[in-house]
Amino acid sequence: MKLKQLSVFLENKPGRLRELCAVLAEREINILTLSLADTEQFGILRLIVKEYDKAKAVLIEKGFVAKLTDVLAVNVNDQPGGLSEILKIEEDSGISVEYMYAFTIKNGENSILLFRFDDMDKAVDALEKANVNILNSIEFYQRAEG
Amino acid sequence: MSTFVVENRIWDKAETLPRHELVALQSAKLKETVERVQNVPFYKKAFSEAGITPEKINSLDDLQRLPFTTKADLREQYPLNMLAVDRSEVARYHGSSGTTGKPTMVAYTQNDLKVWANLCARFLTGGGLLPEHSVQIAFGYGLFTGGFGLHYGAERVGASVIPAAAGNTPKQIMLMMDMQVDALVCTPSYALTLSEFIIQNDIPRSALNLKYAHFGGEPWTEGMRTRIEDELGILCFNNYGLSEVIGPGVSGECAVRDGMHISEDAFIVECINPDTLEPVEPGEEGELVFTSLCKEAMPIIRYRTRDIAALKPEPCTCGRTTIRMDRVTGRSDDMLIIKGVNLYPSQVEQALLRVEGTAPHYLIEIDRPDRTDVATIKVEMTDKSFSSSMKELQELKEKIDHAVKGTTGLHMNIELVSPNSLERFIGKAQRVIDKRKLND
Repeated sequence: MKLKQLSVFLENKPGRLRELCAVLAEREINILTLSLADTEQFGILRLIVKEYDKAKAVLIEKGFVAKLTDVLAVNVNDQPGGLSEILKIEEDSGISVEYMYAFTIKNGENSILLFRFDDMDKAVDALEKANVNILNSIEFYQRAEG
Repeated sequence: MSTFVVENRIWDKAETLPRHELVALQSAKLKETVERVQNVPFYKKAFSEAGITPEKINSLDDLQRLPFTTKADLREQYPLNMLAVDRSEVARYHGSSGTTGKPTMVAYTQNDLKVWANLCARFLTGGGLLPEHSVQIAFGYGLFTGGFGLHYGAERVGASVIPAAAGNTPKQIMLMMDMQVDALVCTPSYALTLSEFIIQNDIPRSALNLKYAHFGGEPWTEGMRTRIEDELGILCFNNYGLSEVIGPGVSGECAVRDGMHISEDAFIVECINPDTLEPVEPGEEGELVFTSLCKEAMPIIRYRTRDIAALKPEPCTCGRTTIRMDRVTGRSDDMLIIKGVNLYPSQVEQALLRVEGTAPHYLIEIDRPDRTDVATIKVEMTDKSFSSSMKELQELKEKIDHAVKGTTGLHMNIELVSPNSLERFIGKAQRVIDKRKLND
């Protein structure tokens, strides 16, 4: 149900992001989607890659701090109010979004959003109860790789 | 630039004693002090370990046979084991400035307070203070010796004292203008803050009657002097002291402003190589060591100040016969003074140890981008402390900030940096980059 996200600490220094991408490229690891949260001084890069264990290992080997975190890949109706609906479900269950970002492949009427909630298990329950489609990793990678 | 001129005035005759009389006076007082400290178990033990009895100390040449006293010694004797008199004879206590850890307590008898006020009156007079002047004291009043020391010194001169105490810049400026204050006493960095306020608020120089200022409490530079003098249109005088020795009044500049005259009737100064503990060549920089000659409550023998400065043995043109010391240019230990607060890098280390998941690798960067010291601690991110949530990383920074504030009393910027990005050291680690000196 949950998807593994690779989170990497990035100091705001010229070339740091490129360095990270180069490490992954060298091992032929493809980034399916990513999001960067940044402050003036540092950033957190959140990556979705299929071979996350391998990616984590090579990054750590190259001196990065990397961690696997669970996120949810949610099928969202791609029309006005689609996201609002999901957020309402979580809000009603008292769950907050820690961060979220979009996955850019569109599939018919749906797009995929990636969420990190403060209570992941509760979030899954609430979404399932509301019949929201959460993609498991197999479905997600299939979709991502077309 | 200041148009004000300070005339050469000398407060008392101890400042101009012929050298041979001064040496005779010092020898006699040293003997008294050595006898007095036999009341202090710490010294009694140190003397017996060094195989010295008071009878063996007869001249200044014998001084070098006496044991040193260090800050660590004083800490171990906390709070009052260094007292040479009964507690009932103590008239006042002060403590070392700085961190939130236990201070080093110092004590004064009534007579000590009189001597101290006289020493402060000396350098204040040398630096222009006249009985008809008003002087605003913007030093902290409290355990810190600065406020009370200068306060009673200025009163001793007969000047009018405005005990404004530290902080509240708008009020300081208001008092300075409304009371037409002649003289200012504070730290040089606070003078920069005051000056900045005056400039930002377009206060015309004519609204102030300020003529000169006496700065102490922290090291500063000639560059800062020029800047403050230009901005405020005043003359700035440097003075030096430390609570362990007496407080302010150990030395201060005269009208010539070429080094600070050490009150040698009250202290013997030595300048040593901090590694070999041998005296340096005259005029060379070394660690200053003071022995008190007049103190009753807490006499101190060969106190290693850790302050690095050079002595100037040649006589000054002002007529005083006392030896002068140059500005303090550094420390022989790793103590830093940030915003007037004493800090040892090890305190930062202790704070980081209390925050789970932080690495023992850190770097303290100190800068003075404009007028105020800014300290930044760089802390390496670890697998343990890293989180994908920005909120949690911000919380980590707050936790570190809180721990550092708790152990040092200082708020510092916290920067999270990549693992292994800070230089590793073999042997003694270089944990501090002090960029402040480069700016002057």
